[in-house]
Amino acid sequence: MQPALCMCTAARDPVYLYCYTILYPGFVIPCSFAHQLKGMSEMSIDKRIVDDLVANDISFVTTVPCKQLAGVIEEVDIRDEIFHIPSNKEDEGMGLCAGAWMGGKRPAIIMQNTAIGVTINTLATLTQYYRMPLPMLISYRGELREPVACQVEMAIHTKALLAQMNIPTYHFHKQSDVEELDMILKYTFMCNKPVAILTDANFWGGYGDQ
Amino acid sequence: MIRSEILKEIAPILRDQLVVCNIGIPSQELHAIDDQPSNFYMLGTMGLASSIGFGLALVQPKPVIVIDGDGSILTNMGTLPTIANNVTDNYILMIIDNGSYGSTGDQPTYAGRKTSLAAVAEACGCENVIECRDVDTGPVLQKALDSGKMHILVVKCDSGNAKMPVITMDPVVIRDRFMKAVQA
Repeated sequence: MQPALCMCTAARDPVYLYCYTILYPGFVIPCSFAHQLKGMSEMSIDKRIVDDLVANDISFVTTVPCKQLAGVIEEVDIRDEIFHIPSNKEDEGMGLCAGAWMGGKRPAIIMQNTAIGVTINTLATLTQYYRMPLPMLISYRGELREPVACQVEMAIHTKALLAQMNIPTYHFHKQSDVEELDMILKYTFMCNKPVAILTDANFWGGYGDQ
Repeated sequence: MIRSEILKEIAPILRDQLVVCNIGIPSQELHAIDDQPSNFYMLGTMGLASSIGFGLALVQPKPVIVIDGDGSILTNMGTLPTIANNVTDNYILMIIDNGSYGSTGDQPTYAGRKTSLAAVAEACGCENVIECRDVDTGPVLQKALDSGKMHILVVKCDSGNAKMPVITMDPVVIRDRFMKAVQA
């Protein structure tokens, strides 16, 4: 195999423009310098997202783990303005969010798109039936640049299921798409509906060292 | 005692509290016995009463009593570690454990056989877990409220349902009047 240019997120970081590190196949830690930059780059997008949550008065966030969303989850956890409660399953998380909203706090859930398969009943009979707002920040696994074939199996159903549920759906494919997040959050609490924000691997700058 | 007899007995205690009630016949029974704006009736979504009530308890100071069932806890068993690890002392989870799925025809649950929900709750890290007999429910619930500590109550009772009408109130009305009761 030929050496290749590093494809870490730093390559697309506007500050650093390009990462010139050469990757050698089989090298365990091929790109420590770039990974440092990658960390900084991801920090900025994660921080940007959580800033938007806070600016929209979202103070109760439940999460189910995801590698792509790990930075956002970490950022949610350290913010004083947000109560972060990890869930064991996404429908449980939606129940927590329903209670928090009735208690006067704006909630959000952070999860993977596989969870759409888990939560259809909850979305229909709780969130939608009682007309409650719920921003769903979703890692869109199984899209372009996905390395795990099985993830594609839910990806191909994700938008169809959301459409069938009449859930407003936004797809972040480029990092600049994050600029719409603030408007999407305002829209969610204006109409009291669950709203899906799908964020794919390209948006996150690829899977890096995964 | 069956669940409806317990609900009749504890209605005076529930009346002044925020109550989140489990889907199906439990909500129908509570609605028929003593409908209050401070009752949130679940019309669907089996298993989530404990989670909805917990989210509510976490964000505001009033006591929240969840009337749940053994079948619903088994459906959403992941709720117990979440509750155990995020203690909020205004939360009381009362599991009416009649060992059966009452709303669907009294099919037996595993809680009525070898599985102890009190032991499960303790293993998940919950403190103040009390298993009690149906006849003791009122005093046990009142004591839990008075203690100002988070409690998990497992009320062992007989299987059976009272014949009550279906709730026809619009879900948004249930939710809206409940939110007003929370803010009152």
